[in-house]
Amino acid sequence: MKLTLEIWRQAGPTQEGHFETVQVDDASEQMSILELLDHVNEGYIERGEEPFAFASDCREGICGTCGLTVNGRPHGPGQNTPACQQRLFNFTDGQTIKLEPFRSAAYPVIKDMIVDRAALDHVMEQGGYVSMDAGTAPDADTLHVNHETSEYSLDHAACIGCGACVAACPNGAAHLFTGAKLVHLSLMPLGKEERGRRARNMVDDLEANFGHCSLYGECADVCPAGVPLTAVSAVTRERARAAFRGKDD
Amino acid sequence: MTNTELKREHPKFSHPQSIVPGVSAGNILESNEPHGVPMKDMWSHQKDHMQLVSPLNRRKFEVLVVGTGLSAGSAAAALGELGYKVKVFTYHDSPRRAHSIAAQGGVNASRAKKVDNDSAYRHTKDTVKGGDYRCRESDCWRLANESVRVIDHMNAIGAPFAREYGGTLATRSFGGVQVSRTYYTRGQTGQQLQLSTTSALYRQIGLGNVELFAHNDLQDIIVYNDNGKKRAGGIVTRNLITGELKAFTGHAVVLGTGGYGNVYHMSTLAKNSNASAMMRAYDSGAYLASPAFVQFHPTGLPVNSDWQSKTILMSESLRNDGRIWSPKKEGDDRDPNTIPEEERDYFLERRYPAFGNLVPRDVASRAISQQINAGLGVGPLHNSVYLDFRDAIERLGKDKIRERYSNLIEMYEEAIGESAYETPMRIAPTCHFTMGGLWTDFNEMTSIDGLFAAGECSWTYHGANRLGANSLLSASVDGWFTLPFTIPNYLADHLNEEKLAEDSPEAQATLAQSQERIDRLMGVRGENPHGPSYYHRQLGDILYHGCGVSRNVEDLKEAITKIRELREDFWANVRIPGEANDMNQVLEYGLRVADYLDLGELMCVDALDRDESCGAHFREDHLTEDGEAERDDENWCFVSAWEPGANKNEFIRHAEPLYFDSIPLMTRNYK
Ligand SMILES: Cc1cc2nc3c(=O)[nH]c(=O)nc-3n(C[C@H](O)[C@H](O)[C@H](O)COP(=O)(O)OP(=O)(O)OC[C@H]3O[C@@H](n4cnc5c(N)ncnc54)[C@H](O)[C@@H]3O)c2cc1C
Ligand code: SF4
Ligand code: FES
Repeated sequence: MKLTLEIWRQAGPTQEGHFETVQVDDASEQMSILELLDHVNEGYIERGEEPFAFASDCREGICGTCGLTVNGRPHGPGQNTPACQQRLFNFTDGQTIKLEPFRSAAYPVIKDMIVDRAALDHVMEQGGYVSMDAGTAPDADTLHVNHETSEYSLDHAACIGCGACVAACPNGAAHLFTGAKLVHLSLMPLGKEERGRRARNMVDDLEANFGHCSLYGECADVCPAGVPLTAVSAVTRERARAAFRGKDD
Repeated sequence: MTNTELKREHPKFSHPQSIVPGVSAGNILESNEPHGVPMKDMWSHQKDHMQLVSPLNRRKFEVLVVGTGLSAGSAAAALGELGYKVKVFTYHDSPRRAHSIAAQGGVNASRAKKVDNDSAYRHTKDTVKGGDYRCRESDCWRLANESVRVIDHMNAIGAPFAREYGGTLATRSFGGVQVSRTYYTRGQTGQQLQLSTTSALYRQIGLGNVELFAHNDLQDIIVYNDNGKKRAGGIVTRNLITGELKAFTGHAVVLGTGGYGNVYHMSTLAKNSNASAMMRAYDSGAYLASPAFVQFHPTGLPVNSDWQSKTILMSESLRNDGRIWSPKKEGDDRDPNTIPEEERDYFLERRYPAFGNLVPRDVASRAISQQINAGLGVGPLHNSVYLDFRDAIERLGKDKIRERYSNLIEMYEEAIGESAYETPMRIAPTCHFTMGGLWTDFNEMTSIDGLFAAGECSWTYHGANRLGANSLLSASVDGWFTLPFTIPNYLADHLNEEKLAEDSPEAQATLAQSQERIDRLMGVRGENPHGPSYYHRQLGDILYHGCGVSRNVEDLKEAITKIRELREDFWANVRIPGEANDMNQVLEYGLRVADYLDLGELMCVDALDRDESCGAHFREDHLTEDGEAERDDENWCFVSAWEPGANKNEFIRHAEPLYFDSIPLMTRNYK
């Protein structure tokens, strides 16, 4: 395949960025977008030039490290697919592909296509956990969870933390990410005990650092983990519940 | 340390002569197990006799933890919970990303709730036998005994394990064992264990007990002389965003830096998984045990092109219905569907009539590799064999096959561009797990005082072959239920000692050493410049061929020579564009490859030195009459733990003799 790539270059957080045009005429349909970038970079490195920086790790859709904006869409054209699994057969021969970092006020650019997503970790640090020390847990078989609840919880726990939902959202909201965690833990047998406290603390941080949610639904469309859109409503619901109850659980 | 009165004597042990030039025999290592106590009780005895640190004194100790995977993340969280001051380091941008996240199948625990007659004994036995008796039995007992708490704890902190309709935990049978002891969360068990552990770590970070240093890559370990003993006092890291090197010091250092499978270039590990922390420890004098013990997975996605970034695991369940074959004729590039039945070799069915395509992982990997090495490989690079659903589709119908394997077949089609319903799939063995790693004693301390190692970067539990679903467990047992006991026990001896100062000469000397290494790499200006991947790729090819699924003396010798040449070439010609004091991914990679070259050499030395077959270490010159691996318990029933020799190309082999009390030595048979 022949492709024209426009790839984002940005030396650092405070420097101006620009697109650099690269022609590729030996791309293969089976390549992922990241393998295409590897291939381009290989050429730069062999010529002694600095390649394009981008983030990735597992290359199998589970670690959430990858993420770039492909033709204006986080991760690329394929629905619910992370960048590392977006293959070139989704594009046509001769097409121009524009590759740039995730765009969001919450994600400062570090270099080229790498952004800082630490704000997501910060939300988690406020309450995305169960307060139980090692060794103190009761027997997991005595804490019954019905099959359906456990599976539903897992649908939300599946979030890979890539941050595409925020980049896809016109408001830069992290409601899908936060809601997923709130739903997951509220259904776990011991996570229930601090359900209210968790919602208050996480949502306070969410609101301080990300945009608000107007239910556009763009997030669920790009989410590689297929977290259901209903998760965003959990943010408001859990927060309201906590406010009315006025208790930690 | 505890239990000094309970040391073991080794009247029968003597170091076998090495056939490798440059290898000399070293010491007999002390495991620090409480000798005299039955293996199965050693861990509880050890714990009972450990020293404690009172809650008020814990804040006086600073522990540096490298890694945020299941092993290191849990150690950091648990030590934070206990009240120690913890600093945790990872090169990832977030602690959640460690490669533990990619494990799929499940996690073993011998909770023995069912009436299928599982027990800690059986779990220990499966682990020891699976490891072909090249592990410490007492470690395996700890693994089995602590497994109960791992599941309870992981469930409590958020892992939504699969549940039966009655609400209790579901289990499945995994990795060829006859009982059902594998707990799972769909096909994403690693992810859920990793995320729960990360949550616990987030909690400690939020509470201020643990300080996180993301984007920080370990460059060196600060080791100093403490009254004639080597002692770890800190680490040097490189900030991957700014390129800044910095020394951090503490009272103890923990490495939980994962497996080294990427030395093979192509493996199922994440792109950034590496061996650097382990190799830095080795260079500083921490012994490296059994580096040649590597597990290959038989059903990896084949490498199809030179741009493919890594191999991916496809579930072994494919072997339930797929028949594995290769053409009988060398270089047979015909469309596989046109190759007639009599020209196909269903080699697993032929060689292992009882188990056929379902022989254990290592047996399958080996047989497949032998076909490929004999020139019978298929595909554009002649590096794979067929896994054919034709007969299963004929027998069961396409719908049934689709129902069973559709997600795998889709994944294959996306990656390779072929439909397995029409053309046989191609598979190849791929490096998947590394049993070798830093040698540690029963307390998981390396041969450097105060330097601990946990998870896949250490050698513990898995011997010469890992039992499926035992490594998520081992990483969890290490971090949650071993180090939180053994590290305080170590620290108790150092109460009221100041940690090494960050501006001390020792710390600054190590910092300078890291800087020098980077300068040296950046400064190479050769005639024939190439980027790091040029060398890494070649190293991978050398290792797959020479130190892969099946090994022989000649190929190993050749591999050692080739690696040494490649290393010369690398240090004379490698070219790193960009600057060192900036984010520079090529520099990061170059540093990795430099370590892989040394590690690759050591792996081949270990494989050549260990003059027997055991587990995944299959030496063609040590076979039983019917072509199976033949252990030599007389001479090699010990762990080799390596130290660099005084000169280049010299190595010292230390040994820890192995003893078994409740699981007597015996051989396995899958014919
Ligand atoms: C595809 C796949 C599937 C698997 N499936 C299973 C399974 O079903 N069941 C099972 O039991 N096991 C499975 N395993 C094995 C198991 O997942 C691993 O052995 C285990 O998770 C390793 O955990 P760890 O904590 O040792 O290392 P990791 O999780 O790899 O963590 C390593 C950590 O160290 C950090 N690190 C490394 N080097 C440095 C450095 N130089 N500087 C700073 N930080 C560093 C990394 O950032 C990371 O945080 C699988 C493995 C793979 C690859
Ligand atoms: S909710 Fe989906 S899109 Fe958002 S971080 Fe999680 S996996 Fe990524
Ligand atoms: S690289 Fe891990 S999800 Fe894409």
